[in-house]
This record gives sequence, C-alpha cells and structure tokens, in this order.
Amino acid sequence: MSAVAEHHVGKALRRKEDPRLITGRARYVDDIALPGMLWAAFVRSPEAHAKIVSVDASAAKARPGVHAVFTIDDMTDLTGPLPMAWVPPGITVNNPEHWPLAKGTVRFVGDPVAVVIGEDRYAVVDAAEDVVVEYDPLPVVTDPEEALKAETHVLHQDIGSNQTHEWSLGGGDLDAGFAEADVVVEHRVVNHRTAGAPIEPRGVLADYRAGSLTMWTATQVPHFVRLFTALLLGMSEEKVRVIAPEVGGGFGAKLQMTGEELLCAWASRKLGWPVKWIATRTEDMATTHQGRDQIAYCKMGLKRDGSITAFHVKIIADFGAYNMLLTPTIPALGAFVMSGVYKMPALQTDIVGVFTNKCPTDAIRGAGRPEATHMIELMMDQAADELGMDPLEIRRKNFIPKEDFPAELPIGVVYDSGDYEKSLDKLLEHVDVAAFRKEQAELRSKGIYRGIGFSTYTEICGLAPTRVVGPEGFGNQAGFWESSMVRVHNTGAVTAYTGASPHGQGHETSFAQIVADRLGVDPAVVEVMHGDTGVGPEGRNTYGSRSLAVGGESLAKCAVKIADKAKAIVAHHLEASPEDIEVSGDKFSVKGSPDKGMTLAEVAGAAYLNQVPDGMEPGLEATTFWEPENFVFPFGAHAAIVDLDPDTGKVKLIRYVAVDDCGNAINPLLIDGQVHGGVVHAIGQALYERVHYDDDGQLVTGTFVDYALPTAAELPPIETDRTVTPSPVNSLGVKGVGEAGTIAASAAVTNAVTDALRPLGVSYINMPLSPMRIWEAINEAKGASPEGGANA
Amino acid sequence: MSGPVPVHVEVNGTEHTLEVEPRLLLVHALRENLGLTGTHVGCDTSNCGACTVHLDGRAVKSCTVLAVQADGAKVTTIEGIGTEDDLHPLQEAFWNDHALQCGYCTPGMIMAAAGILADNPNPTEEEVRHGLEGNLCRCTGYHNIVKAVLDAAKTKGPEVAA
Amino acid sequence: MIPAEFDYTAPDTLEEAIKALGDGGEDAKLLAGGHSLIPLMKLRLAAPSLLVDLRKVPGLHGVQRENGSWRIGALTPHVEIERNSELGVLSAAAGTIADPQVRNRGTIGGSLVHGDPASDLPAILLILEGTVTAMGPNGQREVAASELFQDYLQTSIEPTEVVTEVHVPPVEGWGYGYHKFNRRSEDWAMVAVSAVVKKSGDTVEDVRVGLTNMGSVPLRASAVEEALRGQPLNADTIASAAEQADQGTDPPADLNASTEYKRHLARVLTRRALSDAAGLS
Repeated sequence: MSAVAEHHVGKALRRKEDPRLITGRARYVDDIALPGMLWAAFVRSPEAHAKIVSVDASAAKARPGVHAVFTIDDMTDLTGPLPMAWVPPGITVNNPEHWPLAKGTVRFVGDPVAVVIGEDRYAVVDAAEDVVVEYDPLPVVTDPEEALKAETHVLHQDIGSNQTHEWSLGGGDLDAGFAEADVVVEHRVVNHRTAGAPIEPRGVLADYRAGSLTMWTATQVPHFVRLFTALLLGMSEEKVRVIAPEVGGGFGAKLQMTGEELLCAWASRKLGWPVKWIATRTEDMATTHQGRDQIAYCKMGLKRDGSITAFHVKIIADFGAYNMLLTPTIPALGAFVMSGVYKMPALQTDIVGVFTNKCPTDAIRGAGRPEATHMIELMMDQAADELGMDPLEIRRKNFIPKEDFPAELPIGVVYDSGDYEKSLDKLLEHVDVAAFRKEQAELRSKGIYRGIGFSTYTEICGLAPTRVVGPEGFGNQAGFWESSMVRVHNTGAVTAYTGASPHGQGHETSFAQIVADRLGVDPAVVEVMHGDTGVGPEGRNTYGSRSLAVGGESLAKCAVKIADKAKAIVAHHLEASPEDIEVSGDKFSVKGSPDKGMTLAEVAGAAYLNQVPDGMEPGLEATTFWEPENFVFPFGAHAAIVDLDPDTGKVKLIRYVAVDDCGNAINPLLIDGQVHGGVVHAIGQALYERVHYDDDGQLVTGTFVDYALPTAAELPPIETDRTVTPSPVNSLGVKGVGEAGTIAASAAVTNAVTDALRPLGVSYINMPLSPMRIWEAINEAKGASPEGGANA
Repeated sequence: MSGPVPVHVEVNGTEHTLEVEPRLLLVHALRENLGLTGTHVGCDTSNCGACTVHLDGRAVKSCTVLAVQADGAKVTTIEGIGTEDDLHPLQEAFWNDHALQCGYCTPGMIMAAAGILADNPNPTEEEVRHGLEGNLCRCTGYHNIVKAVLDAAKTKGPEVAA
Repeated sequence: MIPAEFDYTAPDTLEEAIKALGDGGEDAKLLAGGHSLIPLMKLRLAAPSLLVDLRKVPGLHGVQRENGSWRIGALTPHVEIERNSELGVLSAAAGTIADPQVRNRGTIGGSLVHGDPASDLPAILLILEGTVTAMGPNGQREVAASELFQDYLQTSIEPTEVVTEVHVPPVEGWGYGYHKFNRRSEDWAMVAVSAVVKKSGDTVEDVRVGLTNMGSVPLRASAVEEALRGQPLNADTIASAAEQADQGTDPPADLNASTEYKRHLARVLTRRALSDAAGLS
C-alpha cells in the first residue's frame, strides 16, 4: 500500500483537458493540414463476395488534380500483410492474408479495391466514382452457423473452410457437475453485432519527408501503429513517429492497425507529399471493425437449492471476412471470466471462430466480457425462474465469499479482490425491491408492464502480466507493461509521460493527481504527455481498462523514484537522513519539523545546479517500466427498470442504478463519467443498436439513421454509487472502470424486459429488444397469429 | 459546371467574402476556408449534430447547409461564444459537470444547448433531453450533459442565450 | 458526404426562379431549406445538375390567418409551425420532426413537395384537406392535398413549378391526436397516425384519420372514418373502428418493421390518436 499522503488523489477535480475542448481549440486529425497535402478516397466493393475481374482507373487518372490511383498490384514493396498479433495459446489459427487493398477477391461490402490520391477533398471523391471495377460475384454467407457447414461458400480458398480455430478453457469435472445437477437449464444466447461508433470517424494524415515518416492518426494505439507501420514498410523504427492527437472516442474501434493507415503512409512515401484520409460515417460504419456477434449455447447445472454444479458454454464467434489485430483473442477474454461472481466447481468454454462475408470483428468496449456477463446473468435469471427462486437469492447463494479472495478459480484465473455481497447490498439501498414488486403488481392491473432486472458482474482488466498472457501462460507473445517518465523542470514544474494513450478518459487530470501527491506539487503544474511515439518512452497504449491500473501505477512508481531522489537531496541540504524526509503538503520536510523543508522547485534547482550528494547524478528525471503480477477484477451490481407497452412492444428504460467497485478512486468525477457512458453503450446494444447484413451481405445499417445510437431523449439519468475494495495488485489499489458499465448493463436491461414480459407468457428473449421482436414474442407466447387485433 | 460563387458571411462577428464551389458544405467552409475547426463532422446523414452552429441565431446542422445558403447570414460557432479566459456559461457548466470526455461532440452539443436555452431559459430535464435529441454523444451517456445544461440555466439565467 | 457537382443560382424573384427551373431542364431542382435534398445529395442518391435556391425570393415566409383559414409561406421552417399551437395537429406533428436543428431549417413546402410517405406533414395536410399554391410558367394553380401525393417521392407539382403557399382550413372545433411510433424520438415514423374529430353532442359529426408510412403515399384510413361518422364517440366505438385502420394498406417492410407489424401499429395508433382527438385519453 502506498504510504503517500493523498491531497489530490480522491478529489473530483474538473479536467485539465477541458478548456481546449469546450472552446473548439482542440486538434483532432481532421483539424491538421500540411503544405502540399493530398487527399485519399477509397474505391470500395459494393459486393459481399466477388472476384475482381478488372479495375479501370483511366477516367479517374485523367481528372484534373488526381495524382495517382493505386491497387494492391502497386504495393509490391510491403514486407507483408496486415497483422493478427494476438491469438489464444496452444493452437493454430487459420489466418488468411489481409492486405490494405483487396488482392483478387473482395470478401465484404466496403472491402477496399483501389485508392485515389489527389489535391482536393471533394474532387477525389468524384474521381473514385470514376474508377470502374468489374466483379464476378461469388456465393455469399453471412450466418456463422451456415458458414461452418458451408462447403461451397468458403471465403478463403487456401484455408479450405470457414473455421478459424477452436479453443477451450475449462476446469473442474464437467460431466460430474452435470450428473450431480437437479436441474439443467439451456439457452441459445445471441449477442448481436454492434459498432463502436465513436463520434469522430477514423482518419489519418501521413507525412513522409527525407526518409522519415510522421503520422497523425485517430488511434488508441500509436505505439503499435508505429511498430507495425515500420515493419510493413520496411522502415527503421526510429524513422517513424506516430501521434495520436486529440482522439474523438475509441471504444475499441480504434484499437487497430488499419489498412488505411498503412496505405496513407505508403502513398506519402511513394508520392513524396502528405496524404490525408478521413472516413465518412457511412465508410466508417461499413469498414471499421465491429464487435460482439456471438452465438452461445449455454448449459447450466444446478442443485435444487440453487447452487451451480456446472456451466458449459459453446461460443460460435463471427469474425467477419478477416482476422484483425486481436480478433481470435476476443471471445477468449470472455472465457477468463465465464465464472462471473459465482462459485462454479466445473466450467468450460469452447470457442469456434468463423469467417463470414461481413466486416471483420475485433475489440469493442468490453471485448468478450460483455458477452460473457450477458450469458451468465441471463442464465442466472433463467435458473432462478426454473427453480422458483428469487433472482437475487440465487445470486447470493453462489457468490464467491469475500473471505475467499484472492480467489483461485478452477480455470486457473485468480480474482484479486472482491466483496460481492457488499455491492449488492449497496445497490439495494437504492432499489427497494419489495416496494417495486408491489408497484409492479399495481401497474399490471392497469395494463402497464414494468420489469426489473439485475446484473451482478465481475470482469478482467488491467492487461496484462506476462506470467499469464505471455508465452509461458496463455500464450500471447508478451504481456503488457506500461512505461512512464517523469521530468521535473528547473522551476519545479513537472512533465509526466505515459505510454497509455487516452481518447477521452481524462488521463491528463487523473495522472497529474497521482504525480502531484507524490511530489508535493499542485496538479496544475503537472503536464501529462501521451500519444506521441516521438516523445517519451515506448508504450503499450490504451485498451482493456488498463490505463490506470497499469499506466497509472507505472507513473506512481516513477514519481516515487523522483521523490526518493528528492528526499536524498533535501536530506543532504538539511543535514538530515533521507528516511526522515517526507512529502508534507507542498514541501519535502523533515518529519516532525514541517517548516523545515524544501519545495520541489528548490529541490529541482539544487538538482540542476548539481548541488547533490556525492556520487549522485545531477538532474531530476526518471523512467519506469512496470508490469502487474495479475489482472484486476472490478465488480458491481446493477439494476434496470423498464416499462413495456404490450400493445406495441416498445420498451422505455425508466431507471438505471449502477453500483461499481473499481478499488480506490483517483477522481470520482471521472469514474462516474466512465460508468455513465459504459452503461449507455450496453443499453444501446440491448434496446436500439444493431449492425445488420441481409442475406446478400449488404449492410442494412450503414448510417446513423439506421444504426440507432440512443440519444438523451431515450434515456433516464444513470444513478451511480460505489463500494471500495482496493486491489492488492497495485500500490494505488485501483482497478479499471472504462468497460465495467458496458460489461454489466446489457444483462440487467434484458433481464428487466424479461421480467416485464413473464406475465405475458414470454420467459426468454434475445437482444436486440426491438419493439417488433417483443411484439412477435408476445404473439408467439399467446399462440396467436401476428395478425392479432390491436386490443389483444 | 458553374465556377466559384461569392459568399458574404459574418462569422463570429467578422465579415468574410469567400469564393466557393456551390456544393461546398457550410461546415467545410468554416473548417477549411476559415480555419474554424471547432465545428466537427461526425456523420453524413444529419443525425449526430457535431456540426451544430447558429445561423442567424438558430441552431442548425452545418453539414446540411450549403455555404452558398449562408450568403448574407450571420454564423456563430463554438469559437465565437467564449474563450478560455472568458467562458460562456454553458462552457463553464460543461467543464464543472464533466459533461465531456473525448470532446468531439462537445462544440455541437454546446451550440445545440445554447439554442435550447435561447428559446427556453428555464427548461425541465425532459425538455433538455428532447432538445438534445439531434446530438449524439458516445462517451457520457448524456447524464452530465443534461446536468450541465440545467446547471447553466439555473445559475446564469438569461445570460446563457448566446 | 460530398455532393456531386452542380450549377447554382439564387434568383431574386419568383418569376426568375420559375424561368431558371425551366431552363435547367429535368435535372434542375429547387432548394428551400435543403433538409430533404442535401442529405440525399451527400449520399449521392440525388445529383441534380442545377439548384435553384429560393432564399432570396420574397414573400414565401410566415404563418398568416385570413378569413379563418391559414396561409403558410412555403419557406416557413417547421419550428414556426411547431410554436403556433393554434395550428393544432399541424403544430403537434411539426414538433415531432427529427430534431430542433432540423426543424429550424427544414420547411413546410420542401417537406410536402418531397413527398416522402414517412414524413410527418403530408398526412396532416391530407386530413386537414389543405391545398398548396403552385406557380409555374403557365401561371398559378391550387392543388388539393388529395391530388398532391402521387407515388413514393412523387407529387403532382411539375418540375417547373414552385410551391409558394400552403393553405389550411380553420381547425377550430376539431379535436386532434397525433401518435408517431419510432424507436428514437429523432427517427422517422415507423408508422404515425393523425386524427381529427368534430363532435356534435356525443356523436361524430366528422372524422378524418391519416396514416404515415403505411404505403408509397400518405393515406386516409377511410374505413375507420366511415365506421365512426355519425356514431357515438366512446372507447368502444373507437376501438372497433380502429381495427379497420390498416384496411387496404400494404406497407413496405423494413429491418425494424414487417408489413404485419406496421399494420398492427396502425390499428393501435389509430385507437390512441382517436382517443386523444375525442378527449378520452
């Protein structure tokens, strides 16, 4: 535990990054223009699966201001295809070549075929329309279960089947568990395809000059983009600088090494001018990797008293047309927490990955874990129903008790800390279930169907220790440490560098709070730098709710290094022992004599004037690379209350309460903000959002008209509260919170809708909970034809 | 096709004469011709509202207005309502209430909110939520945005009308 | 996101606008608020060769009362209609169009002439039995709402004509209801039903019911109207009549609504809209 006196940590400071953002002075990729800048526009496939017969770019090339039209045939100097960098252990994943432009065959609508580069943003779009591509259509498959069976609809002929891989994670004796069960509950749980849909679409500006490449890109992972761009262009890594400027949201959609990024870099090198590409929303919806799209066959065995004896899940994961950076890893992340917050003596998750003629899938907020929670929490409600138990009683019956932590699960995962009773108790301080049930019964007599649903969840985040995810563990190539560098300037001002790369999370504030407490300064004089591979050490970026639990801890440790050196310098000047120096308020002072001390500015002055103890280097700067020993496991208890109109099937969310435990709070304002957004992301999936392809592989939901992100008008306030169970994994005692809300919420909403539907005869329903789907379910339960009357 | 068309427009109190292609969208004229990059583009179907500016005092989506349609008009963008040293009450409230994360939707959200308060200085929560139905945010779940608009109205009253 | 190229003119008079349209040929289009046209152009689903912008043409703005009837300039934005509650169901429907920014910019004339059966205002004009004034090379004519909507995105307004005004008879004495069903409040109607009812004592003197997005054009639910006319107005008669709301309709299915579901919604929403109009809600 930290011995640091915390003055700034824990406070709800308003954000340091906001002044530029609220005044329109922030700079996102599309806000940057360079002299001589050219624009790229892509020619994309309107076919879901076809051979490219010919590409005629003559008319496009003849247009004024068009510098070039490229196809993959021009890109002969790439060292290899786009990367799939992380895979589950111990198996081979079928990985077809995936190039920035299609090579001979297109495999989903939006697959890029050619690129036009020209001088004018508008004119390149006209020119792209002039590129004539002849296609020879091939059979299309969009349903993953069909794709697994298909022999004629194989996407990648060199692989010979649409299956990417099979992988299992299990522990305990499954057969014995089911044999012991009094009841077995089974459901096919569908988690439909969604989009990350950050409001800033993807975009990149690449500038190759005099042997060096600088890229500004809307990314969560500038360090990865630098590495892969250098490797694929055959460039020396130090010649490539990648900057994530202001990034307008990520949600996993910008955790990628994209073909467009590589192509703009390549074209800039080829043409000698900066090249910019900004996706339109329509382009972004069709081509930015999507998420979820899993069908899970869930089977849970329980004793009559509600205790779980076994849980078996078979996931069919739709990967779309290609593997992306970590596509095969996504369902595996869910397998790590398939036990949820419950004791499961026998547990197994079997995963099959499948190619279909759709946009590829990869990490989207939660990445595998929302799917897992959704399965577990729906199954808990179904089991409660089957056993005639209260849904909260069955949860409490199976909670891993707090005295079991750190809790080693049969699948080998060790939960760091938890107190699930406490978070549920806290939730019930906000939600009076008995009063609700009374109100619910009264409303039903008036024809209003109100339902309540719960989700008690845990998740795995803070990626990730090499011990677990490295070559000796689950088999990824390495773990994910994080780097930090702290530089105290002559005047005592501080620049802190982090290898994390935020896109809205507020690191410039929360990380400054961490550093400030350790160095006895105000957060206002701590500038946090991020997202630029040309500045600060090599980093591992932002995803998987890792920034604070790994990057924040790294920075804390780095600041402590500075503080230790400062203490030695202060001790030297005050003729005291370094052990007797402490940070007290705005000073490094002698314990017991608070007025005897030096400010950080005075320490820095001494450090740079080389007035330091013999043998000590001058200066006041440190670097830290830190990797956690374990993941962290945030948890919580959520409740949703909905009203359902049985005549139309429309659901209105009327209340949502989230109690989360992410360990110690650095900045409560930011935590609440993450929960609000995370919860609404999953409410969106449950009630409104759906990426849908028709049987011909055409994207039906390619704009914000059809892909229905909820607006303020659809939502109630999101009520939040917290419990605090520090993590033992880091000195800050923190856990991630960026994905927690998303991981918890779809199940709470779905359970609430199911609760409202039960008196209408519907006891199970899959997302998306669209009015028509609900209306159809009600009709089906009634055994009536869908033509039933309005007053039925 | 016709050549460039002259457009006289007053933006944030400064008069400009532009020569533009008729098809140039107002949002691109503001961003690329005038360098006012605070107004953003988040979609191509008039849904997201990131491009919201005021045209002759009314909130509009500048991606769905041609620059030529703004000829003779007054445009106010996020850059025109306040500065870091002299924030507009809505900017202040968005900051205080953590009503933004990535910030991309924020300028449009603030301009839409200014439009709401100009018509209705004391809105209810429901009125604010419906007033913002043309603006999408993926980060905040709208909770703190709604709070900020209500707070700006409560603390500053009629001052908030941009 | 980027419209295809086009020629542009912003004439100062109606006569010049009509001439420009005529000279521009069949790919010339009028531009009012642009909130139906520009989105289509940005997706390149429309690519007119010439835009004739009406913004400088005088006299096309505003809501005025004349001899009890309403005269609404074609370029009047939805927001001005929304805020004039005297316009009854027209005002209520205008207030549900998309979002405030769209309502600030989109116009009643543009919306009607675009002829989208999913738009809010066409069915309202139909049940109010309003008319539009069209000016063309051969002069002025009045077009009744019942004659206006010909097919999907097609109206009887000639390519060389400009709609200048919308006329709505007095709405006093009519109760009204408007029920729009959509997933999000900013969305187009999946189905919407508008109803106006004039009572004489406890019986229905006259009733009109409009259906939005139930076919390629806005529709009147004639069977419902006939079933109610002259009948007592109560929950039972309304419920019984509403069962006929989808009679004769064949709405196109989409991702979120099958034909059957839309027909069901029409029945439910008709009951609700009529209940509102009857003051029974």
